Amino acid sequence: MRKKDTRVITNKRDTVLKTFPVGGVHPPENKLSAGKAIVNLSLPAQVVIPVSQHIGAPATAIVNKGDVVKVGQIIAASKGFVSTNIHSSVSGKVNKIDLMPDSSGYKQMSIVIDVEGDEWIDTIDKTDMLKKEVTLSKEDIVKRCLESGIVGLGGATFPSHVKLSIPPGKKCDVLIINGVECEPYLTSDHQLMMEKSEEILTGVTILMKGLGVEKAMIGIENNKPDAIEKLGKLTEKYKGITVHSLKVKYPQGGEKQLIKALINREVPSGRLPVDVGTVVHNTGTAFAVYEAVQKNKPLFERIVTITGKALAKPGNFRVRIGTPVSSLIEAAGGMPGGTGKIVNGGPMMGKALGSPEVPVVKGTSGIILFPESEAKRTKSNPCIRCSKCISVCAMGLEPYLLMTITERALFERAEKEKITDCMECGSCSYVCPAGRPLLDYIRLGKSSVLKMIRERNAK
Amino acid sequence: MDSTVIFTVVSLSSLGALSAVILYVVAQKFQVFEDPRIEEVQNALPGANCGGCGFAGCRNFAEALVKAESFDGLNCPVGGASLMDDVAKLLGREAVAVDPLVAVVRCNGTPTHRPRTSVYDGIPNCRVAHSLYAGETACGFGCLGLGDCVVACKFDAMYMDPVTELPVIIDDKCVACGACVKACPRTIIELRKKAKKDRKLYVSCVNKDKGGPAKKACNVACIGCGKCFKVCEYGAITIENNLAFIDSTKCVFCRKCVTECPTDAILEINFPPRKEKVEVKASDETIA
Repeated sequence: MRKKDTRVITNKRDTVLKTFPVGGVHPPENKLSAGKAIVNLSLPAQVVIPVSQHIGAPATAIVNKGDVVKVGQIIAASKGFVSTNIHSSVSGKVNKIDLMPDSSGYKQMSIVIDVEGDEWIDTIDKTDMLKKEVTLSKEDIVKRCLESGIVGLGGATFPSHVKLSIPPGKKCDVLIINGVECEPYLTSDHQLMMEKSEEILTGVTILMKGLGVEKAMIGIENNKPDAIEKLGKLTEKYKGITVHSLKVKYPQGGEKQLIKALINREVPSGRLPVDVGTVVHNTGTAFAVYEAVQKNKPLFERIVTITGKALAKPGNFRVRIGTPVSSLIEAAGGMPGGTGKIVNGGPMMGKALGSPEVPVVKGTSGIILFPESEAKRTKSNPCIRCSKCISVCAMGLEPYLLMTITERALFERAEKEKITDCMECGSCSYVCPAGRPLLDYIRLGKSSVLKMIRERNAK
Repeated sequence: MDSTVIFTVVSLSSLGALSAVILYVVAQKFQVFEDPRIEEVQNALPGANCGGCGFAGCRNFAEALVKAESFDGLNCPVGGASLMDDVAKLLGREAVAVDPLVAVVRCNGTPTHRPRTSVYDGIPNCRVAHSLYAGETACGFGCLGLGDCVVACKFDAMYMDPVTELPVIIDDKCVACGACVKACPRTIIELRKKAKKDRKLYVSCVNKDKGGPAKKACNVACIGCGKCFKVCEYGAITIENNLAFIDSTKCVFCRKCVTECPTDAILEINFPPRKEKVEVKASDETIA
């Protein structure tokens, strides 16, 4: 006699939810700051605004020492196509234009402004009123994105106007909006979706117009049911926009993973989403685009999650670009004793800061304070050939192999093994039972291979 | 029975003979002529395959030597002048005199000179640390102390000093192959002209920051003040990007710049003690 199946499917939706098919992990979510209303961080005494906060050519400073600037004024102009403008986030006097340490500790050209008052340029609409009607033409939207210094706010900081300019000969039929926020701890996008739902949807409409597509899909992971419900209800009023609930799995926020999960198209190795007819933007970016186009407000502030288990008041703050991380920590209740690491970004992909005295930039999505006990690395042991890293790799790579060949400096082999496809999500290092520093070596190998390819192409 | 044995022997022998003829013909037809001198030169070379000559290995270098019209730009730093003379004699050419070089570490950022501001617990690899962040100190140019250069050295001429946390070069063993220079992601190590009695005089700093931040990060940083440049009578010192550099081909070891330097960034090593001065120089610890 067959045994009766006693298993119970607790959440039936889990079995039908969309997700990407290869790899992935599910680390503890630890969304400590979820549901915490966005608070405006008080202005610091001084801001340090680097001229390079995006991928591509750094902007050129167009102000001089001693100049008086207003909030929203362009202080560094874009240079080249893949580049964007940088605006002043405060009003005051330019103290100096000098090399200042950025989040990596290396010095880069920055504009230091002493804050005096909070005077905005006149063209910005400071009211909170929702403005739904899009009057700008397609070309003007792209132009406005460049003028307003909009970059991808998910963390990669790729200039948005470049993404909106579809290269000739290519077609795009659907816009994907990334509301996944798959990194543990981070809640800035979630909170923004809850508080500025209509604005985000208007932003999506603007992006659709800018791209010239009729359809937009918003992907949100199932651990944010309130956001799914709220946006889902509102989209009934917006033409062409749909909200999709996704299974919780890291790294679903990766561009290629999200495309696979939502529209089941696979971006080939070394190609861009536009090659499969889509473009992905972040919800934060959609909001920034709304503000730029409807309110004429350039990108000079962003939502940053500050969190940590020992932190007194984890929360989501609206922070002016250039504010030191230390003042953000101060606002969240001060640095707890026994803090071992300050991580810039999510716990999976973020990098530890060498000092809290570095500025918040356009790509800063979160700051996480880890107690010493959690900040330590485990000892690296020999590989036990369990192949867990292979099963979790969302790009279908073999991390253990990539590490070994990088250790031996066999970069041509690494290129053949598609090391450049790695998006550095860190799932392999996270899952490795031997505590091997897989990602560290893969990063090294990837940068060496990219350098090798550049040198080869230069010949 | 007998016929089987005979048949076997005959068929196998004829097969063998045929194969021998084919092999001989093929060997004659596809024979590659190789200059026998290449083999000779290769045998004379040290066989370390260190790449110090700029070629992939000793064999490639031997080929280049045999092919070359003159020895200009061809030098085996491991064998030095005596080896190049031998090779020149072997090939009937003229040896070009090349000054022997030695590697120096242009960073004196010991924990006492350069306070640690953070702790790095990633993998002990300079290139990884360099790509991640500025390092454990406020100086983004100086030695990371993780020993990529020591790993790269094939001649056991380097070790990490546990006290200074800096690499040390053993002059007697260093052959100036340049492997450490290539291994260092921050190009701290430089090959300098070897002087008699292993004397060295160089700016032990690669920090290109302005004076203020440089000095704040490290007590013995070059602040680019230009005092050494002014005092040098031989035009050996240049200052670029707030950093002084002493050209080892022009320096005559007068040591005036050393006393002039306000931050003790210029090191003098293996010199006899100065007469009038009693103070011990900070450089003592890097001599090892």
